[in-house]
Amino acid sequence: MITVLHEQSETACSTAHADGEQLWIGAGEFERATGWSLKPQGFCHGDICVPVPAGRTAEFVAGDAVNAGAFWRRMNNPVVHDAMGEVWVLGSGATDRSTSLQSLEAPDFTLPDLAGVDRTLSEHRGKKVLLATWASW
Amino acid sequence: MPVWQSLFADLKDRNFVVVAVAMDGPEAARPWIEAAKLSYPCLIDRNHHVADLYNMVNVPQAVWIDETGRIVRPPENAGASDSFREMNRVTKQMTPEQLAERARTKTTYVAAVRDWVLKGPASEFAFDAESARARLRLPDAAIAEAHAHFRLAQHLLRTGKSDEAVVHFAEASRLHPDSWTIWRQAAKKDATGLAAGREFWARVDALGDRPYYRPIDMKGM
Repeated sequence: MITVLHEQSETACSTAHADGEQLWIGAGEFERATGWSLKPQGFCHGDICVPVPAGRTAEFVAGDAVNAGAFWRRMNNPVVHDAMGEVWVLGSGATDRSTSLQSLEAPDFTLPDLAGVDRTLSEHRGKKVLLATWASW
Repeated sequence: MPVWQSLFADLKDRNFVVVAVAMDGPEAARPWIEAAKLSYPCLIDRNHHVADLYNMVNVPQAVWIDETGRIVRPPENAGASDSFREMNRVTKQMTPEQLAERARTKTTYVAAVRDWVLKGPASEFAFDAESARARLRLPDAAIAEAHAHFRLAQHLLRTGKSDEAVVHFAEASRLHPDSWTIWRQAAKKDATGLAAGREFWARVDALGDRPYYRPIDMKGM
């Protein structure tokens, strides 16, 4: 079983198999893990669609499976995995992060408190927020 | 954190909240949160997701966010001072001058937060959109990749593969050498849980004239 880490989610992918730097995943499972779905017009996330490069379909799509590693790298996003190819991080690229920050809309996130209760930054919309980091170390 | 608690206690009726994010595991963060009796939300971010989202490199860093969710001061050092670098490293003592400098920067920063909470955009410490954007620090490809390695390392650590985790922590630090959060999270801790041993000081000394806490654009700092 291969685990895919993306943003804050962790998805066990029963249809996935790794082959060196390639990570093939069933299209439905890839969508659950990352939000990107395979459509006739290409890979889509919300309103954005990225066509599969012309003449290179076999690199990215095989039947119901997608080459998540190849697609992710093509998007200039980081792809990192463990030595056994059992855990893959499909990270967020610098361009996405920068675009988000430059919009000045505070990037939203959900994290647990000590009691394990999930809290979301945007719950505080309507108040001024001092978002402050600290650490024990 | 106690300083945020008193600020929050004073201003919570002024439509203001502190959201604290611990770049830490829950076990390490718990004693601190419980001891300080904090009444604002204290969230646990063991994967340093917020550092990834906001391109943060150290603690304490803070972001000012207005009522509409807009960033009015981008991530920056939240009033910490580099004066600690001059402490006596054996006794951990700081001189009265060093302590005074540390207190001054913290007080200046907290006073600025208070001014903004009370005055909003009219505060001289709140940036308009153009000024806020100009002060953003944006990540590059190496930083994005560093956060991916850090995420993998934390997962490996939690699933008992600590030897392999070390490799990816090291790669994260190599790719993003400016990040103290990545380095210190992975570094050896002393009996009190601090990554403040010989390796830490060697890394601080290697900064030379460069700051540990980046100076911020704020009157009085």
